Amino acid sequence: MRLRQYLVLKGNIPSGLYIGLGCLSFAVLMAVWCILTYGGVVPALFLPSPSEVAVQFYRMLTELNLVGDILASVYRVSAGFLLASLMGVPLGLLMGSFKLAEGLIEPLVGFVRYMPASAFIPLLILWIGIGDLEKIAVIFIGTFFQQVLMIRDVAKNISQELIDTSYTLGATQRAAFLKVVLPAALPGIVDTLRITLGWAWTYLVVAELVGASSGLGYMIMEAQRFLRTAGIIVGILVIGLLGLITDTLFKALYHRMFPWLERGTQ
Amino acid sequence: MTALPLKDLPEHDRQPAAQGAKLRIHHVSKVFEQKGQRVTALEDTHFDVREGEFVTILGPSGCGKSTLLKIIAGLTEPSSGYVMLNNRRISGPGADRGMVFQAYTLFPWLTVEENIAFGLKLKGMPKTQRQEIVQQYLQLIGLDGFGSMYPNSLSGGMKQRVAIARALANDPEVLLMDEPFGALDAQTRTVMQELLLQVWEKSHKTILFVTHDIDEAIFMGDRVYVMTARPGQLKAEIPIPIPRPREFSVKTTREFMRLKAEILDLIREESWKAANEIRSGECL
Ligand SMILES: Nc1ncnc2c1ncn2[C@@H]1O[C@H](COP(=O)(O)OP(=O)(O)OP(=O)(O)O)[C@@H](O)[C@H]1O
Ligand SMILES: [Mg+2]
Repeated sequence: MRLRQYLVLKGNIPSGLYIGLGCLSFAVLMAVWCILTYGGVVPALFLPSPSEVAVQFYRMLTELNLVGDILASVYRVSAGFLLASLMGVPLGLLMGSFKLAEGLIEPLVGFVRYMPASAFIPLLILWIGIGDLEKIAVIFIGTFFQQVLMIRDVAKNISQELIDTSYTLGATQRAAFLKVVLPAALPGIVDTLRITLGWAWTYLVVAELVGASSGLGYMIMEAQRFLRTAGIIVGILVIGLLGLITDTLFKALYHRMFPWLERGTQ
Repeated sequence: MTALPLKDLPEHDRQPAAQGAKLRIHHVSKVFEQKGQRVTALEDTHFDVREGEFVTILGPSGCGKSTLLKIIAGLTEPSSGYVMLNNRRISGPGADRGMVFQAYTLFPWLTVEENIAFGLKLKGMPKTQRQEIVQQYLQLIGLDGFGSMYPNSLSGGMKQRVAIARALANDPEVLLMDEPFGALDAQTRTVMQELLLQVWEKSHKTILFVTHDIDEAIFMGDRVYVMTARPGQLKAEIPIPIPRPREFSVKTTREFMRLKAEILDLIREESWKAANEIRSGECL
């Protein structure tokens, strides 16, 4: 009874099987897509076939400057996300460590967080135009306020006992922050960055749907305007792929940085 | 750590009292206030620990043992009273009072070696000297060869051994131990007790050891303070005249049994008193 053995609550399965299952889910999606399109269930205008999408992808790469759009988008996401992180991580740590900082910042951040970033777009266009800066600002607003609160929780959840231990070993408050709070918070910080980077991509597309002349979001809009459905799908797939790549990179980084989180490693 | 300014003491109160005591707990009490509820965790606790002494405090769960140790460590401010170390009033935590906590508190991102060296590194000790001390303590606790492991892959007993080594390597004036073996099984606990006594015989550190286990309190201590709950208070001091070095076998001697019976009697008496007080309180 192999299956029985794999259906244990929180039980482990061989890594080969794990990877295989992941491939299976992709294969099923692909099969459904093929049946729907080649089987003529859905007209090509609504859902082009895989081969049509592949052809369109090649055309966009060679004729329509897809690479340029990708680069423009990657630049905006990176800039917005980096800016948000550079401010969000220290601020969040500060809020989680000092009630004074939390009292000052929390109400404001908590309030702004509920304002949809996309609703700022008209205002931002009015203020700073439709250039890169406006897109970066949208991404910043979309990620920063979430990040701050998530990082604050990470810092808050650090065990007081670990900090106390460092005090009894002679640490000053500064040393306790640098040698206990920071390393203890680091896995949570990396994880938060990984999750919020995904959100940054979402806001990018929203930002590029309005008043853009380059980028993946713009490209998708253009494709829709000319009823190039395959182009829309290429755009979505490319964004998905970029997300998958960064996510994988973050996960690899996580394992590299925190070997101590795994049991039994030396 | 926010150390509140301690009230100034009259000069006469300070000097004669602390003569000869390494550590003096001077009429310390602690009242916690939570949502308008006042909990007296510790009431007028007063005692001395001499240089090189191994003193155990025995008390039931919730009687304020951890609170007492945290006050001595400087992690908690007492509501009244104060603590003196080498005739000087303490304010805030410091490396002179090492502590082994009830919960596992190894830094998970540091290896066993790095954990033990944590305090030494803070002091700015050069690396070669640090490594020497670390090796010495690894040997002392019987974890030679485990230096490069992370705490995550150690058993509970090993973790507490490393925590003890980390506290000792820092060479504190006194070592405070808060039920360090509380989470361990009976077998491991016995091994750890003997190990700690062996380590103590070699270093003769001043140790204040808190436990809720009567056997442990007698086996380890030069003196046992019996504590009672609600409010936490020292009820009796029992000297343990069992000669050292002690081995596990003393736990079955007549002397040990006598001491245990004495302490059990005391505890029973106190719990009856407490129970009666509650009953009479209900009648009112
Ligand atoms: N920070 C706190 N705020 C409010 N009450 C507290 C706090 N710390 C401890 N207490 C209360 O003080 C009393 C003593 O707690 P303490 O942790 O010192 O007991 P203990 O003897 O160490 O118990 P155990 O054997 O279970 O570890 C308890 O009633 C507890 O609820
Ligand atoms: Mg306790």
